[in-house]
Amino acid sequence: MTAAWFIARRELGAYLRTMSGYVIAAAALLMQGILFNAFALGSEHNRLSTEVLSQFFWTYSGVIMTASVLLSMRLLAEERQLGTVVLLASSPVREREIVLGKFLSALGFLILITLPSIFMPLLILVNGKLSVGHVATGYLGLFLLGSASLAIGTLGSTLARSQLLAAIISGGMVVGMILLHPLGALTQRPLDDVLFALGIWHQHFPPFQSGMIHLRDVVYYLAVTYFALFVSTRVLEARRWR
Amino acid sequence: MIEANQLSKYFGERAAIRDLTFAIASGEVVGLLGLNGAGKTTTLRVLSCLLLPTAGTVRVDGIEVTEDPYAVRRKIGFLPDLPPLYPEMTVGGYLGFAARLRQVPSREVPARVAEAEDKTALRDMHREVIGELSHGYRQRVGLAQAIVHKPALLILDEPAAGLDPAQIVEMRHLLRGLRGEHTVLISSHFLTEISQTCDRLLVIHDGELVGQGTEAELASSMGQGGRTIEVEVRGQPADIAARLAALPGVTRAQIRSPGEATTVWTISASADIRAEVARLLVSCGCDLLRLEARTSASLESIFMAMTHKPAGGPQ
Repeated sequence: MTAAWFIARRELGAYLRTMSGYVIAAAALLMQGILFNAFALGSEHNRLSTEVLSQFFWTYSGVIMTASVLLSMRLLAEERQLGTVVLLASSPVREREIVLGKFLSALGFLILITLPSIFMPLLILVNGKLSVGHVATGYLGLFLLGSASLAIGTLGSTLARSQLLAAIISGGMVVGMILLHPLGALTQRPLDDVLFALGIWHQHFPPFQSGMIHLRDVVYYLAVTYFALFVSTRVLEARRWR
Repeated sequence: MIEANQLSKYFGERAAIRDLTFAIASGEVVGLLGLNGAGKTTTLRVLSCLLLPTAGTVRVDGIEVTEDPYAVRRKIGFLPDLPPLYPEMTVGGYLGFAARLRQVPSREVPARVAEAEDKTALRDMHREVIGELSHGYRQRVGLAQAIVHKPALLILDEPAAGLDPAQIVEMRHLLRGLRGEHTVLISSHFLTEISQTCDRLLVIHDGELVGQGTEAELASSMGQGGRTIEVEVRGQPADIAARLAALPGVTRAQIRSPGEATTVWTISASADIRAEVARLLVSCGCDLLRLEARTSASLESIFMAMTHKPAGGPQ
């Protein structure tokens, strides 16, 4: 797995050396700032600190999913566009190391651009109280949701020949997984339970948002991450047979 | 070093290469010639383990590519037609990354990078950003990444593509510098490059191997195997032209450039008669200053004949 580390380090450097990484980071923070002001702080009636914090994580979950799709679109699609995938494919590196390295770099960058958002929960301290446990749980939820979204984005980037197409495929898959829950509401048992359980947001994120950790939600996000990365690896391996 | 046996690669129903059988010995520099779409790049990509063959076998240094592609890749340095460069990286950073990917031990990476930069005349560019380099320098960086881990086998796909004449000469020198250290397989459209750089040629057409051997062997197989001997002499007798023409195998002997002190003769023959020509000239009392043998058929004419295209026609 040493190669995965080299790939992750190079890729993280690429995020920091190019404008696209900073643009996505700035856009994510700006979007979250606006949403935080509009939804979390913008209410006219008094609210509990925990409600405001919950609203913060609710809005940030949307930003995280959008940022994940944008960050991951370049991972393998850009390598194919530039022809640099040949360097990886002709080196003694296994496909799973390529996928893991790419994914870890994007996850690392997502964490980097999420860290500055901590000032928003701290703002709640000005006029209220803050539960460290609630903050930590909310960020854990964001991390897991981001991890799953990035893994889906990695798969989209593996399938596509261009970054734009990768973003469209990944965005489509993430939106599709969000819509599984509303779709479940239109169906009957037992299909609705299956669709509710598979949805990426409505059932699994709100507990984190409210400061609760359910093992099933953690397992769900880790399973989505693993499955998407596994399929990405298979797609890369299959390409050698074409 | 390479043993390909009945090697085929199909894309759907279309055969990109079909039943290629050839061998390349360690230390050889071999040129792969063919028209666009002939299957050169597919062949190189299969040998580089970028594509798996549909049928047939390829062994690189005794290892079957389908059985242990990871072990094969450790032995290979590959430069594709478009060098795989990250434009935002510096030359040194990129070569270090390539070396680490190819499992060069971390403590050896700086030395290997420096060595590759020296061989490709990139030492002064170590801190330069790749995206700001000229095409010629980028091609050199591409070559440097292929040799940074000292591979036994070097596979180069169109290394001189897009270079200007001066850069082509530089690239030729770089490639010649690799002789002896690696087994090299080069694909190129530049027949002069191939002719001057390679020991042996593989000619591929419509996915099939239509010829292999030295330039002279290919010319001979195409019925263009006549030889031309060029000699430079001083103090020749008056009847030298008749004596040369009388030698067995000589079809024509003519003065190419008469000079005051020396004369250059061009002698066309059906076989290698260098020894007979040398003996004759010395026995006639001439000072033999130079004797050089060449195949009379150019690589271009051999190539065109093998690929069934009239010389001078569009490729």
